[in-house]
Amino acid sequence: MDPISGLMNGFAIALQPQNLMWAFFGTFMGTAIGVLPGIGPALTIALLLPVTVYIEPTAAFIMFAGIFYGAMYGGSTTSILLNTPGESGSMMTALEGNKMAQQGRGAAALCTAAIGSFVAGTIGTLGITFLAPPIAELAFIFRPQDYFALMLLAFLSVSVVMGSSKVRGFIALFIGLSLGVIGIDKQTGMQRLTFGVPDLMDGVEMTVVLVSLFAIGETLYVASRYGQTKPMLNPLSGGMWMTKEDWKRSWKPWLRGTLLGFPIGALPAGGAEIPTFLSYTLERKLTKHPEEFGHGAIEGVAGPEAANNAAAAGVLVPLLTLGLPTSATAAILLAAFQNYGLQPGPLLFINSGDLVWALIASLYVGNVMLLILNLPLAGLWVRLLFIPRPYLYAGILIFSLVGIWGVSNSWVDLAMMFSVGLLGYVMRVYDFPIAPVLIGLILGPMAELQLRRALAMGQGDPLILVSTPMSAVLVGIAFLIVLVPAALHWRRTRKISV
Amino acid sequence: MIRTIFAAGVAVTLAGLTPAFADPAVVMAPGGAGGGYDAMARLPFDAMNKEGIFTDGATFTNKGGAGGTIGLTEFVGANQGNDNAVMAMGVIMVGGILMNNSPVTLDDVTPLVRLTNDTGVVAVATDSPIQNVADLVAAMKADLGAVAIGGGSAGGVDHIVMALIAKESGLDAATLNYIPYDSGAETVTALGGGALTVAVSGASEFKPMADAGRIRIIAVTSEGRVEGIDAPSLKEAGLNVVVGNWRGIVGAPGMSDAGKAMWLDRFAKMHESATWKETLKTQGWEDAYLSGDEFVAFLNDEKTRIGEVLKDAGLVK
Repeated sequence: MDPISGLMNGFAIALQPQNLMWAFFGTFMGTAIGVLPGIGPALTIALLLPVTVYIEPTAAFIMFAGIFYGAMYGGSTTSILLNTPGESGSMMTALEGNKMAQQGRGAAALCTAAIGSFVAGTIGTLGITFLAPPIAELAFIFRPQDYFALMLLAFLSVSVVMGSSKVRGFIALFIGLSLGVIGIDKQTGMQRLTFGVPDLMDGVEMTVVLVSLFAIGETLYVASRYGQTKPMLNPLSGGMWMTKEDWKRSWKPWLRGTLLGFPIGALPAGGAEIPTFLSYTLERKLTKHPEEFGHGAIEGVAGPEAANNAAAAGVLVPLLTLGLPTSATAAILLAAFQNYGLQPGPLLFINSGDLVWALIASLYVGNVMLLILNLPLAGLWVRLLFIPRPYLYAGILIFSLVGIWGVSNSWVDLAMMFSVGLLGYVMRVYDFPIAPVLIGLILGPMAELQLRRALAMGQGDPLILVSTPMSAVLVGIAFLIVLVPAALHWRRTRKISV
Repeated sequence: MIRTIFAAGVAVTLAGLTPAFADPAVVMAPGGAGGGYDAMARLPFDAMNKEGIFTDGATFTNKGGAGGTIGLTEFVGANQGNDNAVMAMGVIMVGGILMNNSPVTLDDVTPLVRLTNDTGVVAVATDSPIQNVADLVAAMKADLGAVAIGGGSAGGVDHIVMALIAKESGLDAATLNYIPYDSGAETVTALGGGALTVAVSGASEFKPMADAGRIRIIAVTSEGRVEGIDAPSLKEAGLNVVVGNWRGIVGAPGMSDAGKAMWLDRFAKMHESATWKETLKTQGWEDAYLSGDEFVAFLNDEKTRIGEVLKDAGLVK
């Protein structure tokens, strides 16, 4: 079956009323769990798995696809309005998005996030429809040195989020790196910084740090400043909708974010975070309004939001074409396929073409649904900010704690939440940027792992790190990012002294 | 409103998992939802419920981490003498206890049954010059460091397979260039793309990619050949290496003899049931039923053997 007729077939199935209902249920539920901190699509689908025995496979997968895409949409809402991202993919959105919300432009930020997600989700789904086999080959081409070069590039480029003081930025980054070292070293089985606490052996859970640094830290900060702050300006003062200028500044970041997110999402060790870091950096370099970055630049919301949705679409590529799950959610989806006796992989399109094409068609349908669901909701969500802050932040606190407890059932994690939350509060008081902590925690362990794999394969020869064309080019770009501004700065100062 | 509906959804789901019956069993899954230990905890109870063998329901706790030893520690601490408490476990926990130097061990629980097994396979890239086990051993003897080996976590079953191959070939298992991967997906792409020389994983994870022509299986780790895989066992190839990723169920510490007999009877009935046979098929598990004293003896042998291998590989002192 060629893609076009397969897709038409798929639409015929996906547009049946009962399947539309499942798609709606999935997208709705996905949006809700995206909004809640700590609860992600993987956990939700895992909880729903036993229920799927009672519904037919096509309906179940249409619902799961809705949850999967919906969670990516919902994640941006709390990032933008409350500076409390629920999952790591929407962390970069909080940087500019929350500043926009503080200026009364929350609705515009939510709109650009929703439309950007729609654009990226749709282009990503087109990618799944027509480009899946060649994109899936990337998984075999990427070697550890290529991954390491990609992470090096992400590392060196994120210095732009370091805030006004580089020293504070680096301190924050190193806090993240040290948190990332905790746990059993996977290569040798040695324990690092676990202090004999068994719960620390598997390392610090990223979600715990994310939720506590942002949600708990923000809550403490708001509470401590409650008496002194002037009443917030009308959250809707900046209008309910994007201006013409907003559109002009958003459409290119949407496309660029998509181009970064889709292929990186399709890599086994890619993930949704790296493309959002790279997209943010790229937009900051390319913008015509560099002075607005850090104070609510719409490009900084549009790019990363598109990138994380495109990455979500990318994850489905190796799952559907090769049967390879490359994220926790994909692994649960694979388990769901196997529950129905289906084996994803090269034969899935041949053996169960109807189901796969219905699933892909439902991704288009789900995307449209999410846009319809989210655009009017943007205005509604912003009204959250009218809730008196004591109630609002009490609610955030409860939801964060329940979310983390639900995921891990661990007292150690709850204790860690409060200590990391306190750290987040102190960092806010002394004007340290928060994002570098998470960047260090996410990228540090990944980069270490790939570096050591590459060196093991090269038997210790460091030249292996630039031994493939991809790694050589990426390492080259990474060094240019550091060297070019330094060289320009040196020339400028020399001219002045002459 | 969304939050209410979501909460209702979760409540319905949870209610579906844990019906409110009189005397539900307390079941520990020492791994995350959706993983191997999770399935080993839930599916036997699904089968027992469906067949009417044990219908009082069960409350499941998922507690992953450190090779399952965190769940083990909590299970032992909370269920002293509880005839109603059981836990899923397997060979990875045997290694995990040694690797993590866990103060709580399998001596603290009451072994009940071994239920399933997942045979391992040794594979190379399709275009690799290594055609069989003899070629692999020759390559390892020529330059052990140059053979990049991929597989699951350090000290896990995949690592144990390679360490035993090295030992049988007279090589030092501590100098293997073993590179652990988090997921079978990552291992298989690294192998298929040529970054690894050889990799070990479960048959169910590698077979689809071998069938698709991405990788080539050169040996299986079971006693004899496995249906559907065109490769000899390591034993046939002349190496005395038999390793399986088996899983089973243990009871609470200090479980009474009556409690033990009750559970052994339930699992014996479940093992004979049609529902369980269907479960084995859909999960791709091999039946490896071993009950009571036979399982205790097997478990003791595994503890000794794995302890020695991990020492040889330099992973346990």
